[in-house]
Amino acid sequence: MADKKKKNSPPTAQRYQTFAKQREVKRPLLKNCIKAFLIGGFICFIGQIISTIYVYFFNFTEQTAGSPTVATLIFITMFLTGFGVYDRIGQFAGAGSAVPVTGFGNSVISAAIEHRSEGFILGVGGNIFKLAGPVIVYGVFSAFIIALIKTILTQWGGL
Amino acid sequence: MLTGHRTWIYNNQPVIISTGTVGGPFEANGNIPDAFDILHDDMWLKQSSFEKAQRTMMEEAAQIAIKNSLIQKEQVKFFISGDLINQITPSNFAAKTLDIPYFGLFSACATSMESLALSAFIINGDGADYILSGTASHNAATEKQFRYPTEYGGQKPPTAQWTVTGAGCALVAKNGEGPRVTSATIGKVVDMGITDAFNMGAAMAPAAVDTIETHLRERNVDPTYYDLIITGDLGHIGREVSMDLLQKKNIDIPEEMYRDCGLTIYREGQPVLSGASGTASSAVGTYGHFLKLIKEQQVNRILVVATGSLHSPLSVQQNDSIPCIAHAVSIESGSDNQ
Amino acid sequence: MIFFWAFVVGGTICVIGQILFDVFKLNPGVTLTIFVIAGAILDGLGLYDPLIDFAGAGASVPITNFGNQLVHGAMQEAEQHGIIGVVTGIFEVTSAGISAAIIFGVIGAIIFKPKG
Repeated sequence: MADKKKKNSPPTAQRYQTFAKQREVKRPLLKNCIKAFLIGGFICFIGQIISTIYVYFFNFTEQTAGSPTVATLIFITMFLTGFGVYDRIGQFAGAGSAVPVTGFGNSVISAAIEHRSEGFILGVGGNIFKLAGPVIVYGVFSAFIIALIKTILTQWGGL
Repeated sequence: MLTGHRTWIYNNQPVIISTGTVGGPFEANGNIPDAFDILHDDMWLKQSSFEKAQRTMMEEAAQIAIKNSLIQKEQVKFFISGDLINQITPSNFAAKTLDIPYFGLFSACATSMESLALSAFIINGDGADYILSGTASHNAATEKQFRYPTEYGGQKPPTAQWTVTGAGCALVAKNGEGPRVTSATIGKVVDMGITDAFNMGAAMAPAAVDTIETHLRERNVDPTYYDLIITGDLGHIGREVSMDLLQKKNIDIPEEMYRDCGLTIYREGQPVLSGASGTASSAVGTYGHFLKLIKEQQVNRILVVATGSLHSPLSVQQNDSIPCIAHAVSIESGSDNQ
Repeated sequence: MIFFWAFVVGGTICVIGQILFDVFKLNPGVTLTIFVIAGAILDGLGLYDPLIDFAGAGASVPITNFGNQLVHGAMQEAEQHGIIGVVTGIFEVTSAGISAAIIFGVIGAIIFKPKG
């Protein structure tokens, strides 16, 4: 995509793009990956603790403890987002705080808080999935396709 | 008047008789807190939205500029302003509050100098005797407009910039005491096909270089004619890229006289990545800081080159590249003139 | 031991995300969408459940699990109702994440103002 566009632009612009690319401050990949690993791992570790608590004290099984764990993590995320902490964690940890379900919660909650000034119905209600929308849409659609293929293969393919 | 294709020489030399600058808490912690007439310790300014806070800052900056002069609000003929928010509503509402006939502009972060160039042009041509020229931006309102919700934990790359929360306003007059506006070069839209909205410095650098080169050529002066050449918000990356481009064109600007408002406003250590940006960057930097240097006679002549990237979130999503513009205005102490 | 593997596996999934951010210059929206689809595909291949057994929250907390659960829900219903179940069952298992996000999102909007 980017290469195609590059070919269509005049040579001076192409030369400039190459030049600007060299001058760009490189993202510190290794440092970012280490930070993402540590924070991401830590969030999952907390998740494991919460999950264990649900199993031992609230009669959940290993399989069913997932849902309350996710809900609890998102509940904690609400406070971290509301007190303006999660965006700082995000700048530090990158994918480490974006990929866990807390990042999903943060994208929903931050959009809800942000658009409150436009009212609760159209502001909060209309924009709450502004960032998380694509995740839900394509999660559902890909799940549909995959489950469809799997169902066809197992139920009819077996015949 | 018109020299070359797009440079105006103001023979009557309009005067900046007073200025007003407003900043937020982050700016108060910055490098030049003295540059601000008012510093707020609350991002909200007691308003119900960030957009309203921006409007309030614009109003305050205009009111301070009027107060710092010896004239009454009723004597001001026009208010020329613009900002980054959809349909420049904060400026529109500020104009309503001020109750002064109004031109609304949009040149993104180059709006400050576009507005000053037009103000000086109107005054130079006897179209008015007093004009308020200013602009405001608000970090959170701009984040919301162009990027993500402010509390969203997205990681910004080191090329990203930090939008200034603030407003800067200049009262331009036909006669009076103060720095004089001597010439302006109007920028062309330059688009080198950069698509990364998190690297606006590199996108804007060619526009700045184009305007600086044209200005020097059409005025027929050397870079050293100016004591300082000041860009609006190129940041670390844009500044370096533009210096290389200038060198390629054989324009030698000594490093210490090539400054950037975006690198002046904040301290080392503040999390602003590549530097400051936003319409208020060049307005606050110029009106709050660099004009002071002229008044203190540390410098005589400055050329302010405000740079703006004219994209919208929509155009970026539709895979358009980032079109950029730069407007240059020269401001001189006037002590060496007549 | 599961605590250790939760940390390592969860951290590793995040590192993959960081590489998509930094090397491929994808924005968070695209990256997370890819993760959800990847989770759905892994479950389609029957690989996600063993990963959860091995790493616990290390596999169930990352957003990939969302895709896994969507497929799980669809498959559960499909076993009873065939193709129709694929459409109606998608949200069966995964409701916790979405409903918690909506509920705490609205509560958050009521009690917090953005800090800027």
